[in-house]
Amino acid sequence: MKKESLRLAYGQALVELGREDERIVVLEADLGKSTMSILFQEEYPDRYFEMGIAEANMAGTAAGLSLVGKIPFIHSFAVFASGRAYDQIRQSIALVGLNVKICGSSAGLSDFGDGATHQSIEDMALMRANPNMTVLVPVDAVETRKMVKAMVDWDGPVYIRINRNDLPVITDPDSDFEIGKLQVVRDGSDVAVFANGVMVSMALEAAEELAKDGISVKVINASTVKPLTDEEVLAHVEGCRGVVTAEEHSIIGGLGSAVASALRRKRDLPIEFVGVRDSFGTSALSYEELLNHYGLTADAIKDAVKVVLEG
Amino acid sequence: MISDERIKQLEDKARQLRLSVVEMIGVGPVGHLGGSCSCADIVTALYYYRMNFDPKDPRKPDRDRFLLSKGHAALVQYAALADLGFFPKEELRRVKVLGGMLQGHPDMNTPGIEANTGSLGQGLSIANGMALGLRLDGLTSKVFVVLGDGELAEGQVWEAAMASANFKLDNLLAFVDQNALQATGPIVERFDLNPIAPKWAAFGWHVIEIDGHNMREIVAAIDEADTVKGRPTVIIAKTVKGKGVSFAENNPAFHNGAMTAEQYEQARRELGAVEEGC
Repeated sequence: MKKESLRLAYGQALVELGREDERIVVLEADLGKSTMSILFQEEYPDRYFEMGIAEANMAGTAAGLSLVGKIPFIHSFAVFASGRAYDQIRQSIALVGLNVKICGSSAGLSDFGDGATHQSIEDMALMRANPNMTVLVPVDAVETRKMVKAMVDWDGPVYIRINRNDLPVITDPDSDFEIGKLQVVRDGSDVAVFANGVMVSMALEAAEELAKDGISVKVINASTVKPLTDEEVLAHVEGCRGVVTAEEHSIIGGLGSAVASALRRKRDLPIEFVGVRDSFGTSALSYEELLNHYGLTADAIKDAVKVVLEG
Repeated sequence: MISDERIKQLEDKARQLRLSVVEMIGVGPVGHLGGSCSCADIVTALYYYRMNFDPKDPRKPDRDRFLLSKGHAALVQYAALADLGFFPKEELRRVKVLGGMLQGHPDMNTPGIEANTGSLGQGLSIANGMALGLRLDGLTSKVFVVLGDGELAEGQVWEAAMASANFKLDNLLAFVDQNALQATGPIVERFDLNPIAPKWAAFGWHVIEIDGHNMREIVAAIDEADTVKGRPTVIIAKTVKGKGVSFAENNPAFHNGAMTAEQYEQARRELGAVEEGC
């Protein structure tokens, strides 16, 4: 599968949308060359605000901009965007449901070299816990473009979690993206695997291999983590004998928690989580090596599928 | 120059707002009497002298904005908003009541409230964002924000202060209500963040220091700020916590303390309550 940069797609989409909609303003905390928000500055310098390395003030300033009718997009690495500015997001933005878009870039373990301080294993959990907040995780560059458009059209705060590294293109440019709708990327009948971000391609790989053993796996791209209704999740497990979730995030509070919560009344449906097991990150020389270290692999998904079938 | 008569009217309005604060708190329940009274004159000058707004159209785009970063002083803002007709005065009897409109801290569901504040240190950042957006739209509206002095310990205030100067926000005016008391006692004893004025000056602000209970000084400082171009202005107003209520003045117990029935009557008398007939 061809790999493409999600952050480049993100930056380009923002430029594109900024052309049509003058309400869009961009705030950056000195990581514009990584988040690719810098592209917006090149096109619309008047609507781009370099806020210095001060994420809390950036989030509060975005609240103020939205209160005078702008659609601010704020940027940093996911760990800082969600953590350093948590209270500002909670108090000044989410509490009022303000129309602020938060881009958590270099999310999960994708900033492999920088280590634990720069890797976010809890950002989905933090953002999900806020009432009014929408949480999105694009699977590829194609979906990222559609998602940024959906974020502009959505009235309320949205957190988008973007991978630093190029990822395989899985989705179809012609298919629709709708916030809150899950997309089946491979059909199957025995086990439903809900995955997002980098884990979707691994789930597809696992499904391919399990098919050889006669196990039919459905892979669902859970690119919306919130809002996620019970009905939306339940619709995708119809007829399945087990469920697996896979995320580049702690198993506490992220996609696994969201799916398990929706399936709470399905007593006969075993569920397994693939994710980071309550641990901070660490440095590595390659992304793949780091994902392997934390068990975020196609093999781990295969094992989890077998476990739930034995359940 | 503003007339003596107009100054007297503003002073009397501030007295009425303080009385309204006392009556909102009443006997028994706690309420932020001290911090509401210390900034009552500033709030009065902004709402009754300087700001442009329409209570019938509270979201009018070209209005001036008022943010109470020290959100615990909400009662004095509620008093002004009700008096100006943003909402019925009857609401003042239902502050903090479950299901009521007037929350413990400012909330945007209340007409006239521009942001949810009260988690200290966040108001100036929001004010910066408003000022940036208004300038982008070519509006001449101004953003006014009142901070407490205890609140200045929050690091976000200084992130924001740097940003206001960096973006040359002369459509922003900040007040520091320097009542010198935080919740647990005198700031100089608890956590000394003095000197205040040189800090703001070093951050690139035009600084004006005044007596925050002298209406003529407040008005003059607001007028001076309107002439400053290319940088933000902060008015550091020396105030007395609990001003106007003798037993609460400079008394940390009335940061959020309850009044006895005797104290309540005394406070009303001192603030010139006119007894209504039965």
